[in-house]
Amino acid sequence: METLAKIKQQIESNSIILYMKGTPEQPQCGFSEQAVRLLMACGKKFAFINILENPDIRQQLPQYANWPTFPQLYVKGELIGGCDIMTELYQQGELQQILDQIETQSD
Amino acid sequence: MSEIINRLALIEQKLQAVFSPTELEVKDDSYLHIGHEGAKQGGGHYTVRIVSVSFMGKSLLERHRMIYKALAELMLKDIHALKIFAYPA
Repeated sequence: METLAKIKQQIESNSIILYMKGTPEQPQCGFSEQAVRLLMACGKKFAFINILENPDIRQQLPQYANWPTFPQLYVKGELIGGCDIMTELYQQGELQQILDQIETQSD
Repeated sequence: MSEIINRLALIEQKLQAVFSPTELEVKDDSYLHIGHEGAKQGGGHYTVRIVSVSFMGKSLLERHRMIYKALAELMLKDIHALKIFAYPA
């Protein structure tokens, strides 16, 4: 599948998806590690894509998303942000709210 | 070494020019990441703390995008990672 189509499908079919370096078990970057920790602290299951193993996604997602760095968190198809934004939202309790909304809306 | 100092100055200049911030602090955190994958490619790790009227009414996502855009050229090679704290004045 073409890379952009693949990205769109991933983002649309997973209500929470994190594009990261490494895996949640073995993150390869401190920022990705922090992002995983925050999602876990919110008690949510999430999908992830290891961009180190998907060089095509690593190359094309920044342009598609208009966001130059990783990690990138998407919730319900929308970019929430990277590690700093996740941290700030988490500290304000908003990350939990954003993630909780999914459960109330889904069947 | 001089290249690294210049990089910090360049980041400050660009942010200064675009946002006319009331507060601006750029820190080089690269020493924390020596040997790390991104550091090997030569890009630095930086933290930006910026306060500007430009950020009034903007979401966190928008503020970060504005900063990435202002630093777009540097994001290609000079900056590997950027921690951003951006607040409205």
